[in-house]
Amino acid sequence: MTTATIGTPRRQRRLSRREDVLTGYAFVLPQLVGSLLFVIGPLVAVVWYSLHDWNVLANSFTYAGTDNYERLATDPGFHDAMRASGIFSAGLVVLNVGLALALAVMLNQRLPGTATFRAFFFSPVVVSLVAWTIVWGFLLQADGGINGFLSQLGIDGPNWLREGPTAMLSVIVVQVFKNVGLNMVLFLAALQGVPREVREAATMDGASPWRSFWSVTVPLISGTILLVSILTVVGSLQVFAQIAVLTQGGPGTSTTVIVYYLYQQAFQFQEFGYASAVSVVLFVIVAILTFVQWQTRRRWVFHEV
Amino acid sequence: MVAVFVLLCVLAVPFVFPTWWMVTASFKPMSEILRIPPTLWPSSPTIEAYGQVFDLQPFAQQYWNSMYIAALVTVGTIAVSSMAGYAFARIRFPGANLLFGVVLIGLLVPAEVTIVPLFRLVNWAGLIDTHWPLIVIPIVGAPSVLATFIMRQFFLTLPGELEEAARMDGLSRAGIFRRIAFPLARPAIAAVAIFTFLHSWNLFLEPLVFLSSREGFTLPLALTQYVDAYGGPMWNVQLAATTLTVLPVLAVFLLAQRQFVEGLANTGLKG
Repeated sequence: MTTATIGTPRRQRRLSRREDVLTGYAFVLPQLVGSLLFVIGPLVAVVWYSLHDWNVLANSFTYAGTDNYERLATDPGFHDAMRASGIFSAGLVVLNVGLALALAVMLNQRLPGTATFRAFFFSPVVVSLVAWTIVWGFLLQADGGINGFLSQLGIDGPNWLREGPTAMLSVIVVQVFKNVGLNMVLFLAALQGVPREVREAATMDGASPWRSFWSVTVPLISGTILLVSILTVVGSLQVFAQIAVLTQGGPGTSTTVIVYYLYQQAFQFQEFGYASAVSVVLFVIVAILTFVQWQTRRRWVFHEV
Repeated sequence: MVAVFVLLCVLAVPFVFPTWWMVTASFKPMSEILRIPPTLWPSSPTIEAYGQVFDLQPFAQQYWNSMYIAALVTVGTIAVSSMAGYAFARIRFPGANLLFGVVLIGLLVPAEVTIVPLFRLVNWAGLIDTHWPLIVIPIVGAPSVLATFIMRQFFLTLPGELEEAARMDGLSRAGIFRRIAFPLARPAIAAVAIFTFLHSWNLFLEPLVFLSSREGFTLPLALTQYVDAYGGPMWNVQLAATTLTVLPVLAVFLLAQRQFVEGLANTGLKG
């Protein structure tokens, strides 16, 4: 009787501990197998491929050492792609973060209809990417809607997507309108964490709204600004569908961004080894940015609370 | 005050006008679409383009493809990520931190980086031009890692007493998860469901690489296929098809706007 009452809880505890461990492994198994099979395996494979000269059409797969990387270093097409991605990311992050912050500040005030405006600015986020891009492709073509309206004002608009300087600008602007709502919401959350008293104190001390925004609000949400900027840059490096639908990388190579170049090398020219080297470079850039973001995460969480 | 309001109205135009234009232009005949000055409302509305959407391609089939793939991916991701997230948050087992680190690598790897090896893998498995890679890879691969991370963050906040009480009542670990923790995770699950569905619905590069026959296409691919004999886009048909793919999601968003925005804001940090 006494032994049973002492023994049972201990045995139960040991049993449940073992059961815990087994359940733990069982629960993480699908995700773990998926990670090994579809993330880590392919990541190792892409590094391995990048060290090979692999032409599918010629059915050749030979070890080539760093040949592909040396080719990248001297390939004007790759340099153009890096430059296009750089311009795209820089333009996108400046316009997107700037506009998102401006919208968030305006909508953080007590105004009639803020909920409706938020819905308006956010709605493109839920419109599917290709659909949004197709509509803009229509608006931006030579005889499209935007030039139609411009001609009403007596302005002869350019062929936005087929001329060098405006093609990249168009792609950036279309992408900004698509996703600025997401950043706006993140900024709104951060702004709501800024204590009202702090801003009121600044106003009491005679600071103009503009001054108190730059000297009080911006420093307090700087963590969020940094985080949102990095997320936007990482996202911008992955841009593909917009380019494929709007410009096909043209005119010339002016909008051939890095993923579009990667796609061309792999699936149009069947240069899997060379495309893999491009993939590895893309991975390294994204990994560095993501690591920086992770390091700054604590600062961001602090301001979020 | 008034100035800010007017400014917001002007700024809203490029966000709202494209959707307005898409819907109204889809009811115009081709000749009116390109008319100058542009018309904001179809002068003689016609649903001709909507008929062509279904005549030129197996559009209903493609619609169904996108729907059932996104639904399966959403349900599968919720199952896989809630289990893994729960285990990483609440269960102590040897190697948990190491395994979590292994899984987190998925957050570092954009899908574009691994598209070549994944294509080789799918090709080797004989699954090119099937929907398997579009279903299985997102459920357990990189796209679900963010979901697992979100679920783990949620389960970390559950009070421990709750599980103690359930354990006293004789529930097993799996029982605690199924009966207590999972039902409580509804907000996190809703957020994961929203962004997973949108992600699958919008996928473009992967279907482009994995699919080859029109019957198997998903909507983003199908939308780009409405061209005339000379390769010129058939704008009215394309806009009608686009309207058909956008309206369901947009309608759900407008109905459940608050939950939608909050859900995505709390989680959809990638984008």
